[in-house]
Amino acid sequence: MFADFTDRNWLWAAAALYVIGFVQGTVSLLRGGRPSGTATYVLIAVGYVLQFIGLGIRGKAIGGSPLSNTFEVFQFTAWSAITLYLVIGVRFRNSLLGYFTSCLTAALTLVSLSIPEWDATHRTHIFGDNPWIELHATFALFSYGIFALLSLTSIMFLLRNYSLKSKRIGGWFSFLPSILDLDHIGVRLLAAGVIILAISLGVGSVYWVRDTSTVNLTKLFSTIAVWLLYTATLGLRLRGRLLARWFAWTCLGLFVLALLSLGPVDASRHSIDPKDRLHSADVAAPAAVGAVRHPSSPSHGSSTRAPKSVST
Amino acid sequence: MSADGLFVIGATHHRVPLAVREKLSLTPANASALQQEFAAIPGLKEFAVLNTCNRVEFYGVASSADAAAQITSAFCARQQFDRAEFEKIRLNLRGRDAVQHLLEVSAGLDSQMVGETEIFGQVKDAYAAAQAKGLTGPILNRVFQKGFQAAKHVRTNTAITEGQVSVANVAVELALTIYGTLKSTRILLLGAGEIGEKTAKAFQSRGAAALTVASRRLERAMELATALGASAMPFDQRESRLAEFDVVVCATSAPDLVVTVPATRSAMARRPAQPLFFIDQALPRDVDPGVAKIENVFLYNLDDLARIADENRAAREAELTKCRTIVTEKADALWRQVAPQVAAIVTNNHAAPTGAAPQPSA
Repeated sequence: MFADFTDRNWLWAAAALYVIGFVQGTVSLLRGGRPSGTATYVLIAVGYVLQFIGLGIRGKAIGGSPLSNTFEVFQFTAWSAITLYLVIGVRFRNSLLGYFTSCLTAALTLVSLSIPEWDATHRTHIFGDNPWIELHATFALFSYGIFALLSLTSIMFLLRNYSLKSKRIGGWFSFLPSILDLDHIGVRLLAAGVIILAISLGVGSVYWVRDTSTVNLTKLFSTIAVWLLYTATLGLRLRGRLLARWFAWTCLGLFVLALLSLGPVDASRHSIDPKDRLHSADVAAPAAVGAVRHPSSPSHGSSTRAPKSVST
Repeated sequence: MSADGLFVIGATHHRVPLAVREKLSLTPANASALQQEFAAIPGLKEFAVLNTCNRVEFYGVASSADAAAQITSAFCARQQFDRAEFEKIRLNLRGRDAVQHLLEVSAGLDSQMVGETEIFGQVKDAYAAAQAKGLTGPILNRVFQKGFQAAKHVRTNTAITEGQVSVANVAVELALTIYGTLKSTRILLLGAGEIGEKTAKAFQSRGAAALTVASRRLERAMELATALGASAMPFDQRESRLAEFDVVVCATSAPDLVVTVPATRSAMARRPAQPLFFIDQALPRDVDPGVAKIENVFLYNLDDLARIADENRAAREAELTKCRTIVTEKADALWRQVAPQVAAIVTNNHAAPTGAAPQPSA
């Protein structure tokens, strides 16, 4: 049965589990009860495995990490956020972090699956034979996953702060973690995201220095801007200049900005002259890439299995 | 008739006012002596005594209806309480109703503060004490043990124990929503009165790292600090040392504000990332309401705490129906299990009326 599953089938199945996690949490909250932390955690964990299988098939087909189009970028970002949730979620299993994570990942995966244009074309062997460039791209997207989780803890912080200031601590506010825990986890997530994005940029810069024509400037500047803004936020937080609500709002705003930056980054990849693409070796300006229509993409209207490799 | 073999007799807060409960409450010596007397009652096969500040109850299994009457007599005589008066106010349940009562008591449904969990430990202790002395047998063992399981089930599957219902515990719960844990939380108690002391004790019982007492009379602060195992500090240092504390419990009788906005701003400048929680239990208020506008500062006064306690109490009351449904199902099932055993005891007694009472082993 599963042998006929395409990568998108697995990803749909994963999205369905995230939606179920979100729905069961919402129903519990509407009934005035606490969402089952264990049930949410298990649903997300199983969804994570299915998403991993789907992304694995896709990765095999394109010969690297599945970051070759907007659809894959959104899927990978959601997957990265869940990777981290599965680690820190154990501590916050009985809080609403699982509920919010299922909400975010359901949204990211469903939106990406529902827009056929995002997955209409993709490039194969986008990293050429260079594992460092693949590492650079993977780390960059993984840091976005961390920032996604940070935006969730920021929302939870704002809700907790509102409940304490407005003296409404009952109902589903009582399921939120303590405000100090949320603040601490926010700082740690921010630090982790900044460090991983810095590593990603460090790796990428080595190749950029060698050949500046391989990197699109829009992508370069928007990525550096995102990193600088997050780094500045971390610095201000550690120096006690950006605190509590303002820190949470900033993290939330920056994530929106980071997500918006994915648009120009992706567009910049498409705008590269095909002749240049052949020499490009970056996620934003992939090497040896040819835009091909994905066999299992919705525009084909079929559910055939993704090819193990797609030649350009 | 067979249902009468299992019974509970006693007095609880529902029908007996505090002044009368004081007279009925058993001292440890009286409880022990009474157990000896009960053990000598013919036909009383098993029994256990539950004695708390809100109830004194005798659970028993007897082969004759007369045993329950003898328990009442022995108890009233021991407490020098008028028997006729006791019979007017007493709790007297038989068979399935007695089982249901025990389950409700164990789950905290029958408590004055609905959903409180302390009663569960008290019932367990009462049973353990009776069992250790060999006073319980197969029927009470099963009823109590299944009752504990039912109580746990109710607590786990309903919201009956959620939300604190006393002002002091609400304050502690609020601190937990801010700090997560109290193990590194430093408490400052301003005022050495009874209300502040209660709140401070609640924080200590939940593991607060350190407690400091400041009162306008230093000697009173030192006295209370010694009693609580805390430290004392001069009252006039309260604002200059504010940054050292995480939770400030204010309960002075000072006519003016004792914590101001400038002092709080200054304290927060020295600990910007660490929240500061004020619990103002004083009347007139001790803390300037303006401090609530400062980032990372949280202020709750007496009205806020009382309102939250009331809301929690109402939420628990709302859960009662759900809990009672569960308990009724469990009591029915349990009674079906023990009813044949109880009936057998009563029937056997009719055949051979010389019942042997359990003898205390110690």
